[in-house]
Amino acid sequence: MVTPTRKKDRIDKLAEAGSDAGVSLAASAWRTLRRSPVFLTGAVIIGLFVLVSLLSPWLAPHDPSDPMLIDQVIKARNQIPAVQDGHPLGGDLQGRDFFSRLLIGSQQTLIVGVLATLIGLAGGLTLGTLAGALGGWVDSVVMRLVDVMLSLPSLLLAFSISAMFARPNQYTVIVAVAVVQIPVFARLLRGSMLAQRSSDHVLAATALGVKPGAIVFRHMLPNSLGPVIVQSTLVLATAIIDAAALSFLGLGNPDDRIPEWGQMLGDVQNVFDTHPQLAFWPAGCIIVVALGFTLMGETLREALDPKSRR
Amino acid sequence: MLRYTIRRLIQLVGVVLVLSLLLFAWLRALPGGPVSALLGERSTPESREALTKQLGLDQPIFVQYFKFLGRALSGDFGVSTGVQPGDAALDIFLQRFPATLELSFLAIVIAIAVGIPLGYMAAKRRGGWFDNISVGGSLLGVAVPVFFLAYVLKDVLSSALGLPTEGRQDAIDATRVTGFFVLDGVITQEWDAALNALEHLILPAIALATIPFAVVFRITRAAVLDVLDEDFVRTAESKGLTAPTIRRRHVLRNAMLPVVTTIGLQTGALLAGAVLTEKVFSFAGVGQALAIGFERRDYPVLLLLIIMATIVYVVVNLLVDLSYALIDPRIRTR
Amino acid sequence: MVHSRTARRRWTAAIGLTGVAALALSACAESARTDDPGAGQVGGTLTFGAAGAPKLFDPFYATDGETFRVSRQMYEGLVGFKPGTAEVEPALATKWDSSEDGKTWTFTLKENVKFHDDSDFNAEAVCFNFNRWYNQKGAGQSDAVSQYWLDNFGGFADTPDKPSLYKSCTAKDTKTAVVELNEATSQFPSVLGFTSFSISSPDALKKYDADNVVAAGDSFTYPAYANEHPTGTGPFKFGKFDKANNVVELVRNDAYHGTKAKLDKIVFRIIPDETARKQALEAGDIDGYDLPNAADWPGLKEKGFNVAVRPAFNVLYLGINQKNNPKLQDLRVRQALMHAINREQLVKSQLPEGASVATQFMPSTVDGFNKDVKAVGYDPEKAKALLAEAGASDLTLKFFWPTEVTRPYMPSPKDIQAAIAGDLEKAGIKLEISSKPWNGGYLTDVDQGIPDLFMLGWTGDNGTAHNWIGTFFGRADNRFNTGASPWGATLAAELGKASAEPDEDKRRGMYEELNKKIMEEYLPAVPVSHSPPALVLKSEIKGVVPSPLTDERFGSASKG
Repeated sequence: MVTPTRKKDRIDKLAEAGSDAGVSLAASAWRTLRRSPVFLTGAVIIGLFVLVSLLSPWLAPHDPSDPMLIDQVIKARNQIPAVQDGHPLGGDLQGRDFFSRLLIGSQQTLIVGVLATLIGLAGGLTLGTLAGALGGWVDSVVMRLVDVMLSLPSLLLAFSISAMFARPNQYTVIVAVAVVQIPVFARLLRGSMLAQRSSDHVLAATALGVKPGAIVFRHMLPNSLGPVIVQSTLVLATAIIDAAALSFLGLGNPDDRIPEWGQMLGDVQNVFDTHPQLAFWPAGCIIVVALGFTLMGETLREALDPKSRR
Repeated sequence: MLRYTIRRLIQLVGVVLVLSLLLFAWLRALPGGPVSALLGERSTPESREALTKQLGLDQPIFVQYFKFLGRALSGDFGVSTGVQPGDAALDIFLQRFPATLELSFLAIVIAIAVGIPLGYMAAKRRGGWFDNISVGGSLLGVAVPVFFLAYVLKDVLSSALGLPTEGRQDAIDATRVTGFFVLDGVITQEWDAALNALEHLILPAIALATIPFAVVFRITRAAVLDVLDEDFVRTAESKGLTAPTIRRRHVLRNAMLPVVTTIGLQTGALLAGAVLTEKVFSFAGVGQALAIGFERRDYPVLLLLIIMATIVYVVVNLLVDLSYALIDPRIRTR
Repeated sequence: MVHSRTARRRWTAAIGLTGVAALALSACAESARTDDPGAGQVGGTLTFGAAGAPKLFDPFYATDGETFRVSRQMYEGLVGFKPGTAEVEPALATKWDSSEDGKTWTFTLKENVKFHDDSDFNAEAVCFNFNRWYNQKGAGQSDAVSQYWLDNFGGFADTPDKPSLYKSCTAKDTKTAVVELNEATSQFPSVLGFTSFSISSPDALKKYDADNVVAAGDSFTYPAYANEHPTGTGPFKFGKFDKANNVVELVRNDAYHGTKAKLDKIVFRIIPDETARKQALEAGDIDGYDLPNAADWPGLKEKGFNVAVRPAFNVLYLGINQKNNPKLQDLRVRQALMHAINREQLVKSQLPEGASVATQFMPSTVDGFNKDVKAVGYDPEKAKALLAEAGASDLTLKFFWPTEVTRPYMPSPKDIQAAIAGDLEKAGIKLEISSKPWNGGYLTDVDQGIPDLFMLGWTGDNGTAHNWIGTFFGRADNRFNTGASPWGATLAAELGKASAEPDEDKRRGMYEELNKKIMEEYLPAVPVSHSPPALVLKSEIKGVVPSPLTDERFGSASKG
């Protein structure tokens, strides 16, 4: 294989970690997590983030695309709307209410993160299940494909994919960020399934004459859930940060009427020093949310890894 | 061992060929491209057509690809249209690769110099406040977009430390030998040139170092935790060896192996990080060429650089795997 | 934005103007001329921050501003432009006369001039250059290579189907060159002031194989002359291009025939990122850079830098393509678009100091500008009424805008686009907005007539009205597809007629009339604004005069 053995090992280790566990591990993991301040911090951050995103259409005081303060924008004097009544964070370069944009931005950010993760997961699920459940030549072919994809630096691959869309938009960003996650999920699920194929409950089910399809969907997949959840949580953070990097390189969604944090941050790179607040707010939000997901993901991983629970 | 290496290298050739065909076909299918880049907004339908014909862009894609492959074999990967218009793509890579290597090397050095001691201390104080803060810090490092951090560093640190914020070197008379500016300065004993180049490296290297730092720190911490539990350390303790001796002789040496190999795996992340960092610091490396290439849709340069990045990534990882296999014979049987 | 500053093409580079326009322009550049060229300290290095690498150093093949900026320090043409103006002045030719019919031009050359390689400048060298230009072969004839020649002189020796303006050049004696043209043109001799038509050393041209341009793969490769051995007569000589460090160095030509340069060296540091350029200036690493972001002007001025503003010699317009939506062929709908856009507001909020609303498709300094045409005011109600009248109240239009680009006329496409789109939507027009990278499909789409509305503009090559409205509407199958309306062909014909009119006063009258008609009867697109580009320098840099043609020469510059 061309793929780095270590990168594969990392994924495979996570796959094994969750799969041989079953219910008892999940329960004990939950007991550990409930008492972990780190996990709880992450959970609270993410809870708030999801809540704000869902409610943002009602929370936002203004239309995020309405240049209502445009008469206060004077580029020749380097002036943008200041903090004022009804506009707690002032306005942006086009005279739009910055607070509303930040709020609505949370929703788009969540959408980008979740959709990218789901697409990566769906793609990985299809490939990984095929390979893991069927084995044989299907396994070889699929895994060869996955390994080719893993042999490209992932963020660089995301950059390249975005650059190849003739017309970048919100969805091309999501696709670019998602595609690079497919091989990771595929390998994860395959590993998890392989680990289970020889496990007692699968052998028992086979002996009892349960159809292979049913075994995969009723027995193997649910048991792979642990590692998948861990990886998804981490990918959510990565997706949001990667989307910002795409915008920074001019490969993001150019239509900013409905804002997204990464885009808000990437788009103001030329005014970092003159209007730092335009960068610091979205950057701060991205950092906090990405940290939230990472804290959850890392503590979940540790809780599911039997080795770390000495 | 040799067969293993050869097999992997042959596979690499296959990957590169497939990748180049895919990239080539895709780039050709896009609107704009070389004709648009060369003629700009003044083009007329006639001049577009004439140039398309002249450059052979009206031929079938496979014909174009084989011609490209033919030229590529002789080192001609096309000419830049946006990064350094008129320069051969290969020259651009060759000029800039040392810059990125220099930068990545310093970044890794910084990551190791800070990450390993910190990881070791965190592991020794597992669960304590020092451990918690440094673990939190390393996670925070992952959550901060690299380019944002780079801007903050540039704004805050440059004025505080008086370090340059753009470029590889001031326009001073320096002899170029290897293309590694610091090394060149040392070889030719032009110490001011070496120092100047080093100063230019510091800020971008710190920004870039955050990527490998988080991993180095966590791997060190985990490895040290593992080793501390192992029997031989317990034995050493029971033998009455002093703490520094145990640390030096056993713990660190055993923990270093995963750390060193992990760094090899950071190549990909470093390359992507270099695109962002080099753009912020206008540092003339491969990353900056990629960033400008994306921006100006410089397809010949993008094509070559993406392929080169893949080759570098795969080769570095092959070296890592090989060194692993040498150290740990069990891997070879896989 | 860092975006594509280097992609700025030739119209931001040296350009010639005809008589009357030149006078008008010079008047508006007057205020910028403050330095006495004779004063200033000798010695030192000027470090200039360039947005991109020069493509090559042979001005004849140059097409972009970054390349011209470097070349014009090393080269001179037969004629030049008075600093800060578009007025023609003697350069390598001390005087010139034309025959009655305007087809024969006799240039008297400056004596005792040497090229950088120590060879002599004389009439033979001049003719060698003309014949070199005229006899380009193969790839040298490509639009992407000899763009300036093709645009200004037409074809080449071996392209009978594409005749050339140029006929022949004879060296009557060492200091007299006679250039014959196939037809008279008001562009001569100012066109010879274009940096592209600078005179190179014949010896160096031959020695370094200057014409050996090769089409290779997707692009062109240039010979040693263009890459390493540019040899002109200018106040600076080529030093080196350190590609690894992205630095170009020029050194003083101590054998210069005129007032020798005060600077020892000019260094161009290539800094593609705009913020990095600004920080480099503030940190003292560079002495100046071109096209600072308008929003940075006040801050830079406050910090004591000299923001040298050039006269606005450009136009931004909202293009309308009548092809896909028949409603757009209705004048009332197009007028509604103009009424719907708050151009005053746009200019005030998004454009730099000194920008103005465009009343027509050319700035007031162009010969043929009609000062009686007034800007139509912002009136969303009237826009709605006009749309209703035309039965187009439910109008849906495809509006495209470019990413990855800034232009002197369009400093921030995204913000300008947002303002225009917001205004149009307020007038009840539904928009399908999309964007593409400038080099990655935007221009192609606009040329193929895919959008209904698009943002584009123009920086003038010279002061003839033909260079403006003639370029836009001179043929009916243009970017606006004016041919879809019955008046499209009429307008094209009228423009052709005006351009061919030999009498200057009459021609001016015709253009004034046409400008009025274009704005009141045809309105093929909506002119938006004229926007002045600037150059920023450290305050101690003296002797750099901002030029409407961006023809800044550093020969007179000094540090302090």
